[in-house]
Amino acid sequence: MSEQPILSLEGLSVRLPRGADRTHALNGVSLSIASNEILCVVGESGSGKSMMANAIMRLVPGEVAIEAGRMMFDGRDLCTTDPAAMREVRGAGIAMIFQEPMTALNPLRTVGDQIAEMFRIHTDLSKAEIGERVLSLLEDVRIPSPKTAAKAYPHELSGGQRQRAMIAMALALDPKLLIADEPTTALDVTTQAQILKLIRDLQQRKKTAVLFITHDFGVVAEIADRVVVMQHGKIVEQGTADDVLNRPTHSYTKQLIAAVPPLTAPPPRPLSSDNILTITNVAKTYRTGGFLDRGARVTAAVKDASLTLPRGATLGIVGESGSGKSTLARCIVRLIDPDNGAILLDGKDWVKLKRAEIRRETRHIQMVFQDPSASLNPRRKAAELVAQGPIVHGTPRATAMTEARELFALVGLDPSAGDRFPHEFSGGQRQRIGLARALALKPDVLIADEPVSALDVSVQAQVLKLLGELRERLGLSIVFITHDLRVAAQVCDLVAVMKDGEIVEHGLVADVFSRPQHPYTQALLASVPGGAFAREHQTAV
Amino acid sequence: MDAAKRYFRSPAAVIGLVLLLAVIAMALSAGVLYPRDPLALAGRPLVWPFTNPRFPLGTDNSGRDIAAQIFYGARISLLIGGVATVIAVAIGTLIGAFAGYYGGWVDNILMRITEAFQTLPNFVLLLVLVAVFGSTLTTVTIAIGIVCWPAPARLTRAEFLSLRNREFVQAGRTLGMRDLQLILGEILPNALPPVIVYASVVMALSILLESALAFLRLSDPNVASWGNLIGLGRDVLRVQWYVSAIPGIAILVTVLAVSLVGQGLNDALNPRLKSR
Repeated sequence: MSEQPILSLEGLSVRLPRGADRTHALNGVSLSIASNEILCVVGESGSGKSMMANAIMRLVPGEVAIEAGRMMFDGRDLCTTDPAAMREVRGAGIAMIFQEPMTALNPLRTVGDQIAEMFRIHTDLSKAEIGERVLSLLEDVRIPSPKTAAKAYPHELSGGQRQRAMIAMALALDPKLLIADEPTTALDVTTQAQILKLIRDLQQRKKTAVLFITHDFGVVAEIADRVVVMQHGKIVEQGTADDVLNRPTHSYTKQLIAAVPPLTAPPPRPLSSDNILTITNVAKTYRTGGFLDRGARVTAAVKDASLTLPRGATLGIVGESGSGKSTLARCIVRLIDPDNGAILLDGKDWVKLKRAEIRRETRHIQMVFQDPSASLNPRRKAAELVAQGPIVHGTPRATAMTEARELFALVGLDPSAGDRFPHEFSGGQRQRIGLARALALKPDVLIADEPVSALDVSVQAQVLKLLGELRERLGLSIVFITHDLRVAAQVCDLVAVMKDGEIVEHGLVADVFSRPQHPYTQALLASVPGGAFAREHQTAV
Repeated sequence: MDAAKRYFRSPAAVIGLVLLLAVIAMALSAGVLYPRDPLALAGRPLVWPFTNPRFPLGTDNSGRDIAAQIFYGARISLLIGGVATVIAVAIGTLIGAFAGYYGGWVDNILMRITEAFQTLPNFVLLLVLVAVFGSTLTTVTIAIGIVCWPAPARLTRAEFLSLRNREFVQAGRTLGMRDLQLILGEILPNALPPVIVYASVVMALSILLESALAFLRLSDPNVASWGNLIGLGRDVLRVQWYVSAIPGIAILVTVLAVSLVGQGLNDALNPRLKSR
């Protein structure tokens, strides 16, 4: 750690084009990375952390200019290096891995071919030697059956395997510095844990310096040697991981850490014995291709799911992508028609309702969607979006609009903001509009499908708090779908764990999280990034 | 408006708009400047342009004022272009919207019909329609509209396919909206911008189609249209070439103007191109 730095940024400023929300993406950023250390850069969206990674690689778009400062790497200033020399640095000196390996890999060429390209460009090894190197790299990143993987196209590999292939490519030429821009954000929690371990292992073996960009303090706790916290393009705090995580000094860092939901559940609330929603043996199978049932691909998205939701309680459904949790949620509101089973809401079986009856009954059960920008029609004003539901169900327009403005106040928005269009709101505010829209019909049950996954941690904490308050005030019963166990621990009374369409375990949150019975639940809990940190720290700051 | 500001930033789009406004001004002022019937005999036949101040653009083979016919022709071209475009886009969006929204067998049937229209060459189909239903101004306009709808239909269908699974449409469904409310109220406004841009292509195309019909003397002979004038000029093309050339230039300018306006609209309505 006391070695001389591999890369040092000195007063780096990057100017944004006119008309952007601020003048500088980066403002006087100074930091250094030594070989054999992992430096985590943490910040919320828009903090300039990705722009910094791109500036180091000199990959900023044309209208963005590096205005001042120096980037010393290997004895030269990257700010003044000419493009030809920069190409030598990229790949061989500094390598980069990205958030979404599917878009970073060329879909039309095999993985092995793309790794071999690194050698073809930067070295003059023979074809046979390159082939050997590629295989040994794929073994290094522990891809199962490297020979097959080398011949596979990107879409034939899983997300985790693709990210492993990207890492193999990045490490092909033994770069001195590896920049990882949110490399695990798009991955499931168990895969994320494996990739983090892999990066750590490879880094220790190869003594590479790693600049790791993330928004997740759990990941920081897991992997960082040192931490840099960024806000609005400035570094607000930097220090060793231990110092920053346990003894943060800057108020923004404290606020960010406090917003990370701890993995321990709050004390259980008394639950009503009356079940408002009862789901029994719901199943949904997808068939694709094939003719007259021959050669069709059959995917069982939900198998025999049975759950109950007591009145006034919150039921969490957790699982990784592809576990069927979203399909189940959409079955409950009949956006998807289940194949069989029964969904009893206040004694009415939703599975047997006809289209027209569903349209009438939707006011009892409403849904909040994951992506607040995609779930609001961009061409309607906010108040109109909220009033739409009641208008459809026969409320006169004027009354509905007045009620919409009252709902704005209820979800913590300025009632006068109703005349603005969705794109004029921030992500957190948009999710509040989505919530207001769902509440406008005064539902008994709210289905929330990953309602906070697209939000920054501090905003996430606010929306979760709001959801908790509304549940108390309006007596809502909530089905809360999430992939994040920490979030589930905070808001849910009951939790059901789903894997491959099946509910493998369900019960009270405190029971499931402290004494998981099913091996999959145990694996999930063990994979939560910074698990020890998340368990220890309380929202006490 | 943002879009308006972006539109006026492009010089080509502004030139297009100025030309189009000029053609519209011609159409509006035709009655004032040339109160007489443009198809009435006005003087000696085949007077060259710029030789007689009474006929600045000369006269055609039967002695009718070319300038008057150009001014009145602007009316016909814009009328045919406008109405045929409205017909084509209306049929197209409707069919495209239903095909894209419902998918499955509805989509299959509607798209096979669309393809049936697309595989026939536009102009041949137009000739057939005019041959069967006669060549009055109304039938010609409707026929052009019927010939031009498949492309807007495909465009609308593609937009609907990508929009129908968006979360805001699902949100509308969970609010209890009917299919028609979703199609017209939620999806269509978001699907329209590319269709509006494409409408300019349809408009240019319908003006050209009408001229082509008139050139073959299959358009309505009782109106002063640019195409009719070109058709007449065909007989004297080698000597008095101006009879065909002058309306030709008018068509060129109008189609160019419409295309430039369409391109400008495309750039203005598509914010992703902002930085280019």
